[in-house]
Amino acid sequence: MNMMSEAAVEKALDQKMSDVSHKMIGKDVSVYYGEKRALFDVNLNVRENTVTALIGPSGCGKSTFLRCLNRMNDTIENCRVTGKITLDTDDIYDPQIDVVELRARVGMVFQKPNPFPKSIYENIAYGPRIHGLARNKADMDQIVEASLQRAGLWTEVKDRLHESGTGLSGGQQQRLCIARAVAVSPEVILMDEPCSALDPIATAKVEELIHELRANYTIVIVTHSMQQAARVSQRTAMFHLGQLVEENDTDKMFTNPDDQRTQDYIMGRFG
Amino acid sequence: MTDALSPAAGIPKAKPARRDIGIKRRYAAERRFRAYGIAALSFGIIFLLILIWSVVSKGYTAFQQTMITVPVEFSEQVIDPQNERATDPQKLMTANYPILARNAVAKVLGVAENDRAGLRAVNQMISDGVRTQLRDMVVANPSLIGTTQTVSLLAAGDLDSAFKGQIDLSVPETNRKVSDRQVGWMNQLAESGALAKHFNTGIFVNGASSRPEAAGVGVALIGSFYMMLIVLVLSLPIGVAASIYLEEFAPKNRFTDLIEVNINNLAAVPSIVYGLLGLAVFVNFAGLPRSASLVGGLVLTLMTLPTIIIATRAALKAVPPSIRAAALGLGASKMQTIFHHVLPLAMPGILTGTIIGLAHALGETAPLLLIGMVAFVANYPTTPLDPSTALPVQIYMWANEAERAFVERTSGAIIILLLFLIVMNVGAILLRRRFERRW
Repeated sequence: MNMMSEAAVEKALDQKMSDVSHKMIGKDVSVYYGEKRALFDVNLNVRENTVTALIGPSGCGKSTFLRCLNRMNDTIENCRVTGKITLDTDDIYDPQIDVVELRARVGMVFQKPNPFPKSIYENIAYGPRIHGLARNKADMDQIVEASLQRAGLWTEVKDRLHESGTGLSGGQQQRLCIARAVAVSPEVILMDEPCSALDPIATAKVEELIHELRANYTIVIVTHSMQQAARVSQRTAMFHLGQLVEENDTDKMFTNPDDQRTQDYIMGRFG
Repeated sequence: MTDALSPAAGIPKAKPARRDIGIKRRYAAERRFRAYGIAALSFGIIFLLILIWSVVSKGYTAFQQTMITVPVEFSEQVIDPQNERATDPQKLMTANYPILARNAVAKVLGVAENDRAGLRAVNQMISDGVRTQLRDMVVANPSLIGTTQTVSLLAAGDLDSAFKGQIDLSVPETNRKVSDRQVGWMNQLAESGALAKHFNTGIFVNGASSRPEAAGVGVALIGSFYMMLIVLVLSLPIGVAASIYLEEFAPKNRFTDLIEVNINNLAAVPSIVYGLLGLAVFVNFAGLPRSASLVGGLVLTLMTLPTIIIATRAALKAVPPSIRAAALGLGASKMQTIFHHVLPLAMPGILTGTIIGLAHALGETAPLLLIGMVAFVANYPTTPLDPSTALPVQIYMWANEAERAFVERTSGAIIILLLFLIVMNVGAILLRRRFERRW
């Protein structure tokens, strides 16, 4: 896909966007932490092969919503989710759905780079191994190489695949984590402030990577940086106090938002 | 936002008055605190040095044993006067071997055969342990009968103490255990080289004996080894499994809180209580044999479990949540997350806790007293069901003995126990280094 010319990629993407096919649909999603309600009836759809940015002040529920999409909230004690979220046609909160399989389809990249304290190779190979994606060593080598290629890390680490993943720089570690998520061939990749622990150069690389990944994956990214949302996303959703304030095309959102609160937030009047 | 960066205009550049915030006092407090720390540390180190010095200075002589090397005539008249050994196998077992040793030493010293008091005095210089020593030689090789062999005989405990200078020879003869005549003979034998100190292998291999020169920690070592093995095999898997369940799977509610409080309390329960429990459950109820290292191991397992569970839970808690999130986010199940990522990272902490628990169990005495391991066991236990003792119990028993020669043996056994503890702790450090990983 990398070989495709920039213009062709843009064209293909525009084509897809005009179809507006929804990869994930959230309907009346509410989240409770014990007695406290963190999300109020959020209706938000995630378009296929699109980068959707979730913005809003701290504690507004954007990370909570993101974590609903692959049921990472299940790991939190006392957390209760109501409403309905579908991935393609499957209700992901259906008791029939296996959360392990769901998370293989909806991958996640975290705020702080969290490679396993193992070799670079093992970091990538772990996911495919537990999901049985490789039949033999050659298959695995191929998956590892392809994943690192996708994450733009191959040339930097190909000579030290068996060194510890924790020995890489912060930006490289985060791209390693993206490669690790990519290795299990997910359909959707969730990113929870993936650049907040990185310097501007590493951030630029990750953003470029997000841009390229859009061709093959549906991406939902939580970010605190308005500029980042504007740079990487096509759709933006603004959260405030647990409610979805506005969801719109990114261009429109940053130039002429429908909601006054969005306008105020983007202008830096609160948050 | 950018306002903060622009220079504040219009504010006069007057130097603000220095406020007295007690910098001198702060530094003084810090220095004082450091001094307290160093004082506390020195206090501890001094007492440690005193302990080591007192144990080693008293105990190092236990690793030497006085032996009398003389030519012993394996006389047929004494061993088997009627030549019945072919028909009566008991003959060689019951022969009067100490007479051979006494005669051999008396001959070297030139004591007449009709000097009964002299011969008795010579006999007191030789350990009664020579009976088994010479018997074993003859039983293994009956052709020795009738020949003369040079044998290193075990000296009696009192002579051993006298030769090591532990008996004050200036007190009147009637008030001490070695007579002037015996001291004279001792010096005579020492000058000729027949009487000398040798490395004492007996203290490592011998079982219990009322004669200090023949007593050793052999049985206690085997007993302690069996118990450590049982403790390790039982408490590590049970403890780690319990911790993983409590830490990762159990719901957090009143009941699990209660369990947690109880585990913490169990770690502080006096060990003798575990002894009573073991006596009631394993010996009286389950009918396991008394004095057996199996029961000792079970009791010590109960005692070690809380320590291992607490250490393991702490180690599991210390694994960063980001590692769990990473594995779960990749679609690993909870079990896979724990066994592939969390447990390996917690391993150094678990191993350290386990070895510290084992070292604690190795030095435990009180519960073993209650299940009857404070016993006089002369024969090696072949299985954990046989009676045996343990190192700390052996120390306790020797400390209660009256003979002078048991004093050095008590300290000697303490040195052996401390060496084992040091080896275990070094092992813990090495394992921790080996498994430690950065994240």
